[in-house]
Amino acid sequence: MKDHDTLEHRLTQQGISRRSFLKFCTAMASLMALPPGTAPAIAAALAQAKRPSVIWLSFQECTGCTESLTRSHSPTLESLIFDMISLDYHHTLQAASGFAAEKSREDAMKDFYGKYLLLVDGSIPTKDNGIYSTIAGRTNLDLLQEAAKGAAAIVAVGSCAAFGGLPMAKPNPTGAAPVSDLIKDKPIINISGCPPIPSVITGVLAHYLTFGELPALDELGRPKAFYGETIHDRCYRRPFYDQGKFAKTFDDEGARNGWCLYELGCKGPTTHNACATTKWNGGAGFPIEAGHGCLGCSEPNFWDAGSFYTPLAAPTSNIGAIAGAAALAGAAAAVALSAADRAKKKSLQQTHEKLTVKDISN
Amino acid sequence: MNPQELLLWVRGTGLQLATAVCVLGMTYRLLHLALLGRKKNLAEARGSEWGPGLRTMWRRSFVLPELSARGKFTVVAGYTFHFGFFITLLFLSQHIAMLRAVLGFGWPALPHSAIEIAAILTLAAMIALLVHRYMDPVKRMLSGFEDYLTWLLTFLPLLSGFMLLHGIGPAYTQMLTLHLLSVELLLIAIPFTKLAHMLTTFSARWYNGAFAGYKGVKA
Amino acid sequence: MTTSLQGGINRMMEQIDGPIATFFSSCVHCGLCADACLFYTETQNPKYTPIHKLEPMRRLWQQEFTFWGKLMSRLGLSKPVTDAELAAWEPLVYDSCTMCGRCSLACPVGNDIVYMVRKMREGMVVSGHAPDDIKGATQRAIELGGPMGITFATLQAHIKHAEKETGLTIPVDQIGADYMMVLSSAEIADFSEIIPAVTRIFDHAKVSWTFASDGFEGTNSGMQLGSSDLAAELVGRLVKAAERLKVKYVISPECGHAYTALRWEGPNLIGRPYPFKVVHIIELLDELRAAGRLRTEGMDDTRLTFHDPCQMVRRGGVVEQPRKLLKQVASNFVEMPNPGVQNWCCGGGGGVSAIERAEPLRQVAFKRKKSQLDAINVNTIVTSCSNCRNVLQDGLEHYHMPQQVVGLTELIAEHLAEKK
Ligand code: SF4
Ligand code: SF4
Ligand code: SF4
Ligand code: SF4
Repeated sequence: MKDHDTLEHRLTQQGISRRSFLKFCTAMASLMALPPGTAPAIAAALAQAKRPSVIWLSFQECTGCTESLTRSHSPTLESLIFDMISLDYHHTLQAASGFAAEKSREDAMKDFYGKYLLLVDGSIPTKDNGIYSTIAGRTNLDLLQEAAKGAAAIVAVGSCAAFGGLPMAKPNPTGAAPVSDLIKDKPIINISGCPPIPSVITGVLAHYLTFGELPALDELGRPKAFYGETIHDRCYRRPFYDQGKFAKTFDDEGARNGWCLYELGCKGPTTHNACATTKWNGGAGFPIEAGHGCLGCSEPNFWDAGSFYTPLAAPTSNIGAIAGAAALAGAAAAVALSAADRAKKKSLQQTHEKLTVKDISN
Repeated sequence: MNPQELLLWVRGTGLQLATAVCVLGMTYRLLHLALLGRKKNLAEARGSEWGPGLRTMWRRSFVLPELSARGKFTVVAGYTFHFGFFITLLFLSQHIAMLRAVLGFGWPALPHSAIEIAAILTLAAMIALLVHRYMDPVKRMLSGFEDYLTWLLTFLPLLSGFMLLHGIGPAYTQMLTLHLLSVELLLIAIPFTKLAHMLTTFSARWYNGAFAGYKGVKA
Repeated sequence: MTTSLQGGINRMMEQIDGPIATFFSSCVHCGLCADACLFYTETQNPKYTPIHKLEPMRRLWQQEFTFWGKLMSRLGLSKPVTDAELAAWEPLVYDSCTMCGRCSLACPVGNDIVYMVRKMREGMVVSGHAPDDIKGATQRAIELGGPMGITFATLQAHIKHAEKETGLTIPVDQIGADYMMVLSSAEIADFSEIIPAVTRIFDHAKVSWTFASDGFEGTNSGMQLGSSDLAAELVGRLVKAAERLKVKYVISPECGHAYTALRWEGPNLIGRPYPFKVVHIIELLDELRAAGRLRTEGMDDTRLTFHDPCQMVRRGGVVEQPRKLLKQVASNFVEMPNPGVQNWCCGGGGGVSAIERAEPLRQVAFKRKKSQLDAINVNTIVTSCSNCRNVLQDGLEHYHMPQQVVGLTELIAEHLAEKK
């Protein structure tokens, strides 16, 4: 069993100054679009918060989400996340392995029944009883259902857990499904993105710790504070979009002038995420600043939404072929039906009775 | 269906369906009209059919000079609407991107500001034409449900496109979905309604010019 | 056969061809054709909108020749064409359409509306809804030889008279002549000056010509009635006469509808091409003029204008010839507004002048011609259609206007150079 002392205690132990903690709280407040005055309140609440037990289950995933969260160099604000929570099970990060590892999961589930947070990354294969992904001989589906029972809430981290992601892309050979398709009786929060922005994960956890509840969500279960606007809404190339100035290739004049990447396939207009404001890699930038359009990674089905490099306006299916087939069918119908109409006219002509002067005599 | 799935459907299957109905219907209609045929003209020709027919396909775009005020209004507003519609359809960069994806080639776009003016004029002309259709005794008598329906089906893509470009109304994903849906409805309606005139008018003009040309009338 | 609604509907359906289906498919209900039709412009009554005159036939097309319409009528969801409806449409299809073809010129989508009016009349007459006056005229033409009941004996009297007047012999039934001259009843009855006029011109230009005792009348009320069956019978007489006399040409008289019937409809009515050619008298005169065979002297200096007969000009293609001829004999020729193919109809074509009950409407429609004339202030109106001539005179009288109406052929005859 772990030590569940307060966060403040842990921070002092680790030699993290109160100043950087406050800085973290201010950042969180602004991320979640809370008034700046709330930062000290957050700090106070967080400092006194007990570290909750967290079970992190990884299913069909690439570990990108965990990478995203941990790759940041210490001492980044994101790393504070691990001080805020008691990570009782995470098969990539934990030292224990084998039976010991499974035991710590089972213990946490028992000890904190009804109170622990369940974090999930990766989608869950459901086809053929879920045999396509197992851990310690048990299917992901089984593990999820078991762990979900005692969870206070579930956080689906990354687009795979949230929306099915890459494993669910056509033709979806494993019958992969997102958490929300399988668990219906628990609050679920989707932190989509491939991978999701680390500070968004931190922000959501901070919110949970501060207020003891999940933040407001959009219709896809994503926290509105981070997913309320599109990349396009906040994109610094937006003025070019409005003027109709588009880069046509990745190295043309327009690209060099920083024009809009719409025609190069940018999915920013239909993608809800915080990249344009939060940025990546400690605020270094976000993909569009690097000259590449948004892939739409935080939206459902983004792998199936056509090529990353075809514009949003372009059809996602073959129109030319279907039009050709339709033209042939139309021509055949015309030949057949006009033959019928001509036959009708012909029979009228054959039965045509001559009008005679008698018919018009008064 | 989530908004993304809906958008994917209208960009994919929906568009395929609408295109199929439109192309099938229009091929059927044009060919059916041609195959209905006409009797061979046994009177000795004074002129020819093809040249005058082809010429009339173009020349009939310029109507009789002597028009009443209501006629002039119809012509001016009608032209504004037709030109504006085709300018926005063919010269907005997003549309060219779409057409390039379908046709394999594209052409230079007009600046958004020019499209903007065209779109506003088109919307205004269409509203004016609707009011006129309802107020003018001749047009009102000629008009039925179909005339108002086709007006609406033509108006919606323009309106939703305008809103999409200006970020008015629902989020981009939903607005783009609505815009594409309205386009698909329009495509489907073309072969079944008077909208078919967008192609049949050229056959009609050809016949008109050919009949006159055969008799040596330069009309 | 007897006339009936079903018969009429069948006959109309028989007429619906590629062009008609195309025209109905293309109409956008813009109402612009109304502006081209004198019955609408002078009354401002929307029911005179040209395309509206075809409404019953349009519905028939929709119900029988379109996918949607067929489906709807199978489901019983469409409004069938009724006898009462056709009865109500009779005044629209006949009394208020002179078949002038101006609407066909105006429609922006290219609909040849008058082509459809002509075909719709086929069904109307079989349904029993054609004006009695045109029926009567057709009956007289078939039974007696002309719509006014004029027989060859009447013409013979005029011929005698003209021979006396000119001192020339007028050939009748001359086998092997080059040209066979045909007249209109209106010419024989009201404007018989045409007979000495052509006699002198042909003598002057050394044209070999003849009248035929069994084919001298070219008006075709069968065509105006809209019955190809009856129109064929009438045109057949002329063809038979021309073939009997082995002429190379048949001359259409100064009568627009006779020209259309003989020149453009005739071969299609009888179902075979002619072994001769048809020329309009004005066409022939201009050919003679161009060949130097028509020498005139003196110039008429009255201020005069030319009224374009619709069937000869807009629907017939004889546009420049009358103007060239006129300029040779008139020094003060002015065009009215919209001359040539766009000219306005006199208001009496297509059988309208024969319908008595249409007279008040026709006089209202004449206001269009009146305003054209008011704009140019002429003393004389020259024309080359005896029907136009009658209708113009009527209208001028009705509106107390002082202008004279003169036939172009007679005007030319008056200026023939004396033989040397
Ligand atoms: S680059 Fe993408 S997100 Fe940015 S303005 Fe263009 S389309 Fe929008
Ligand atoms: S810019 Fe688009 S594709 Fe890139 S990380 Fe952000 S949401 Fe994902
Ligand atoms: S042919 Fe002449 S009279 Fe008849 S509808 Fe057309 S414009 Fe009017
Ligand atoms: S002008 Fe042509 S398109 Fe317009 S209402 Fe008349 S027939 Fe129809």
